[in-house]
Amino acid sequence: MIPAGFDYVRVNSAADAVAALQTSEDAKILGGGQSLIPILRLRLATPELIVDVSGVAEMNGIREDGDAIVIGAGTTHHDVTTSDLVRTHAPLLAQATATVADPQVRHRGTFGGAIAHADPAGDLPGVALVHNATMTIAGPAGTREVAAADFFLDYLTTTLAEDEVLVSIRLPKLGAGWGTHYEKFTRVAQSWSIVAVAAAVRRENGSIAEARVALTNMAPTHLRAAAVESALTGAAASAEAIKAASQAAAEGTSPTSDLNAQADYRAELARVLTGRAVAKAAGLS
Amino acid sequence: MVSINVTVDGRSESHDVEPRLLLVHYLRDVVGKVGTPIGCDTSNCGACTVSFNGQSIKSCSMLAVQADGGDVLTIEGLAGTVETDLHPMQEAFRECHGLQCGYCTPGMIMAACDLLKENPNPSEAEIREGIEGNLCRCTGYHNIVRAVQTAAASMSGTGVSS
Amino acid sequence: MTVTDKEYETAFGQPLRRKEDAHLITGQTRWVDNLSAPGMLYAAYLRSPMAHAKIRVNTEAAKSYPGVVAVYSAEDFGAAQAVIPDAWTVHPDMKKPVMTPLATDEVRYAGEPIAVVVAETRYQATDALEAIEVDYDPLPAVIDLEAAIGDDSPLVHSSIGTNTCFYIESPGEAYAAAKAQAEADGGVVITRRFLQQRLLPTPMEPRAVLVVPTIDDLTVYASTQIPHVLRLLLAMLTGHPEHKLRVVAPDVGGGFGGKINCLAEEIIGVHLAKRLGRPVKWTETRSENFLQMHHGRAQIQDIELAATREGKLLGLKVDLIADLGAGLRLFTAGVPMFGAAMFNAIYKMDAYQFNCRTVFTTMTPTDAYRGAGRPEATFAIERMMDELAAELGMDPIEVRKKNWIEHHEFPYTTISGSIYDSGNYEAATERAVELFGYDELKAEQKARRERGDRMQLGIGVSTFTEACGLAPSRVMGQLGVGAGGWERAEIRVTLTGKIQVVSGSTPHGQGHWTAWSQLVSDKLGVPFEDVELLAGDTATGPQGMDTYGSRSLVVGGSAIVKACDKVIEKAKRIAAHTLEANPDDLEFAAGVFTVKGSPGPQMAFVEVAAAAQLAHNIPDGMEPSLNSAYTFDPINLSYPHGTHLCCVEIDTETGFTSIYRYACVDDVGTVVNPMIVEGQIHGGLVQGIAQALFEEAVYDEAGNLITGTLVDYLLPSAADVPSFLTDRTETPSTDNPIGAKGVGEAGCIASTPAVVNAIVDALRPYGVNDVRMPCTPERVWRAIQGGQSQSGSVAKGGAQ
Repeated sequence: MIPAGFDYVRVNSAADAVAALQTSEDAKILGGGQSLIPILRLRLATPELIVDVSGVAEMNGIREDGDAIVIGAGTTHHDVTTSDLVRTHAPLLAQATATVADPQVRHRGTFGGAIAHADPAGDLPGVALVHNATMTIAGPAGTREVAAADFFLDYLTTTLAEDEVLVSIRLPKLGAGWGTHYEKFTRVAQSWSIVAVAAAVRRENGSIAEARVALTNMAPTHLRAAAVESALTGAAASAEAIKAASQAAAEGTSPTSDLNAQADYRAELARVLTGRAVAKAAGLS
Repeated sequence: MVSINVTVDGRSESHDVEPRLLLVHYLRDVVGKVGTPIGCDTSNCGACTVSFNGQSIKSCSMLAVQADGGDVLTIEGLAGTVETDLHPMQEAFRECHGLQCGYCTPGMIMAACDLLKENPNPSEAEIREGIEGNLCRCTGYHNIVRAVQTAAASMSGTGVSS
Repeated sequence: MTVTDKEYETAFGQPLRRKEDAHLITGQTRWVDNLSAPGMLYAAYLRSPMAHAKIRVNTEAAKSYPGVVAVYSAEDFGAAQAVIPDAWTVHPDMKKPVMTPLATDEVRYAGEPIAVVVAETRYQATDALEAIEVDYDPLPAVIDLEAAIGDDSPLVHSSIGTNTCFYIESPGEAYAAAKAQAEADGGVVITRRFLQQRLLPTPMEPRAVLVVPTIDDLTVYASTQIPHVLRLLLAMLTGHPEHKLRVVAPDVGGGFGGKINCLAEEIIGVHLAKRLGRPVKWTETRSENFLQMHHGRAQIQDIELAATREGKLLGLKVDLIADLGAGLRLFTAGVPMFGAAMFNAIYKMDAYQFNCRTVFTTMTPTDAYRGAGRPEATFAIERMMDELAAELGMDPIEVRKKNWIEHHEFPYTTISGSIYDSGNYEAATERAVELFGYDELKAEQKARRERGDRMQLGIGVSTFTEACGLAPSRVMGQLGVGAGGWERAEIRVTLTGKIQVVSGSTPHGQGHWTAWSQLVSDKLGVPFEDVELLAGDTATGPQGMDTYGSRSLVVGGSAIVKACDKVIEKAKRIAAHTLEANPDDLEFAAGVFTVKGSPGPQMAFVEVAAAAQLAHNIPDGMEPSLNSAYTFDPINLSYPHGTHLCCVEIDTETGFTSIYRYACVDDVGTVVNPMIVEGQIHGGLVQGIAQALFEEAVYDEAGNLITGTLVDYLLPSAADVPSFLTDRTETPSTDNPIGAKGVGEAGCIASTPAVVNAIVDALRPYGVNDVRMPCTPERVWRAIQGGQSQSGSVAKGGAQ
């Protein structure tokens, strides 16, 4: 199928992108285009203006910044998964990103695009939650920073205003003592997650000192499994304790029912996959 | 209209295009590279896979204007068009009967070449995951996997790379 | 390692690499959308977004859009736009509601074409669709098959007063007696309801049509399996004379039955080219393809089986409800009937009753999809045989052995009246059991069960047969098909001894170029490389019945062999004349004529070819040509068979199911190219596995297809299926000169029940005796939770 016509502007800076967005009531930002272009082709969106940020240097690349790594929003999934910085300091992100769609899509699609699109079945917002990431956003009034926990508002909805651009994502490093795992459940390899779980666990002396667990596709937005996290904190790093804690995984969620799964099945998947993700993050299996 | 300059299969192309023109339609309808087909609307099937700046991409999910200044390699530029001048991946697909109707084949071959560039000696599982973005309805993938294995062996043996 | 025929004494039976591959692997292809013609225009269709509605169409605003040349709806054509053709009168009283290419006053499925825009570019044609105004006055959708039968159901076609197209009932006394015997003697009667979900054929190349007019001729380039049938239909429907209408199927990217129809876009394409006097091309998008190309399967099957307590079959009763969709296409009504003779499969029994109701609904019409009626029948009987084994505590292979036709009993007339010419179920099964490691996997399954492992195994059996090689023309006439079942071949011999094979059988991925070359090379003793195929063009091969139903080699190949025989007879006369010998004294082998018992003079075929066309010295009265043609009409269908064994591994916590091992031994009769045969099996296996695990066309209550793209209609990728263990036995058909039986549909027919049997086998300890297809992780998980077994009664529901 064929997109409807639109005006097109290519910008070289985030500020120019913001300026361009302000010229239209109905503009869309084009990064890698792997979500946007299929939507345009199906004419599910017919924007008046496309602002192409794929050439903005300040939005591209991965750098170390003290106790964090900073990833430009326009960095491709492929560059994320193959980055030594990411593999060393955010292996959870490397692992989850490697499961996004397929190799061709990962060559074009971007980290920031996936975050800003905020699809509840996407793989990366959960990782941002586990990492307590911070989003750097450019807008008419300059830049602002928003914690991941405050960024995702609703289904396909974030705190980004119509005239704002996500510039970069700052991921505090998960240092020594942390283990992570991303557990994803799909019907076929290239499809979206039915449910997925991102887990990070810090062990101390055979018990779990700290745990962070984020759920994919268990609500209109990604969310942390708070009940599981608190049940794990201080628990023994044992299969039994993890399984017991994981029984709380569906608490506070509101999963949808669709072709692939009814809500009660999603809840069960959340419990099972949380157990597996945490166990692997804790180095148990 | 936007002016773009794109290198396609080693040849420099310059055209004025509508911003909404998909790269695959640019290749097929403007440049005349009809060897790259279209199989879906949603970037699932991978039939339109080409190499852009050295990486496999789905040309139905990229705008022609985004290719400005870039380098596109299609199945038609992968090797010569005579039988004695095939890329090892093309040769392997023929040897292993890795195609039947052939519609998915250009994309499958371009994806497989990209896979071997990143991982010259993939396991069967790595091959299957590496071409998961390309759907085939004829072969059941069995012989495609054999073809990629055969090409990997032949390319690592001869030092040929894509 | 390059395989050419030079390494073999004969090309026949060798795994020669394919001639057609060179252009496909280099992108030098001729898909219809790759073709263009001077002055070519593009067409785009406006399709109904609603399942059922009265419509009023206003195309005026679209006509002034940039680049638009014309916009038409049904009223612009009137009666001249013709109707969507059907070609199978299954029953004299069947209802045949009229559907027009562009909907007239009423739409009856989402996706039905309403209007067409013709413009200078494909982008302009698409843009102008938004300016066509349509008033939709909604009518009720008819989605639930069983509800559609009820007296109070809304009607799809109010003109026929019912949603039932036909109901066929066969006599039930024999089955009733068999059932009574089973009940009286302590045997078993098992009932099950199986749902054959709707499937989308999904060839990787969607449909496309380019119609090029000249002064009074038309050339139609179409992505079709049936160029000859299409030419006939387009001539009859549009009134354009058949001899001035050429249909070309250039490279065709798969079909699987999906391209055996004559739909709106072909018919309207002819109208457009004639009205506008310019070439017009239309290329289907995948989204359109899912709505407009016919769908497959879509049946509710109520099956009852009676057997002795020793496991001997007494009788089988089948009640089908088949979903035809919104109207009749070429073979829509015949698909369920094509399966009617296959439910009894390879088994001997005393009684068989088959009842079938076909129903119109407001969904895309159904028609032939890889197997067409036979996969549905095979699924039902092979599932029932595993159920019988489980009921009696027997091994599923042992139950089958007790009931199958033994090798020494062929030819065998089945309870449904088919005559199976040959088969060897014992040999195929024995080899499959060995290849699969049946006993080893049984032991592993037992060990895992005893340990209570999270990952459990299940083993499924499918010993299938099918009817291929469509078909004796007489049989097709008896069945009400409006076509013959012959195939035509012509062998053209050039002066230099090269061969052109003109075949009516049209390839779309099967490897005809290679296999036909092997046949001819073997018969005439010419090099494999010296044979060229001319197919898919009614100008070079005006007669043919095209490609479907695993018929190409069985029927079309036989025509080639017979035509070669005629070439040899002609050549023999010339050789005898030259060698001054009696034709009866000549022998022909490896391309050379020799005099029997004489080491002396000989004449090569290539020399005869030259002599024939120089014609300086040929027998008096003989035509100076070796060219020969033959039209082969088979005397029977062919019956390939095989034994497929599937082991699945199920994650009992999530229901996720993967294929742990799959082995099959197929007997497709004599094989011309084992590499191609194996490839056909592989592809069929994955399509059948996909029905079992992944694919389903789902409609909502309003009649919208909610699996409308490849995002939601799940085709497996390489990462979702395993490699396969395959082997063959060869029991030649006795009903054609090659001994071939057909392979195109085998894997797809056999694998679906093998997978589902394996899943049910894994779950039997949980009390499960069925899982609905596709066996999604959720369905498997729910079955484990105890929610989904059938307890010998008919479950409520439908194909929703």
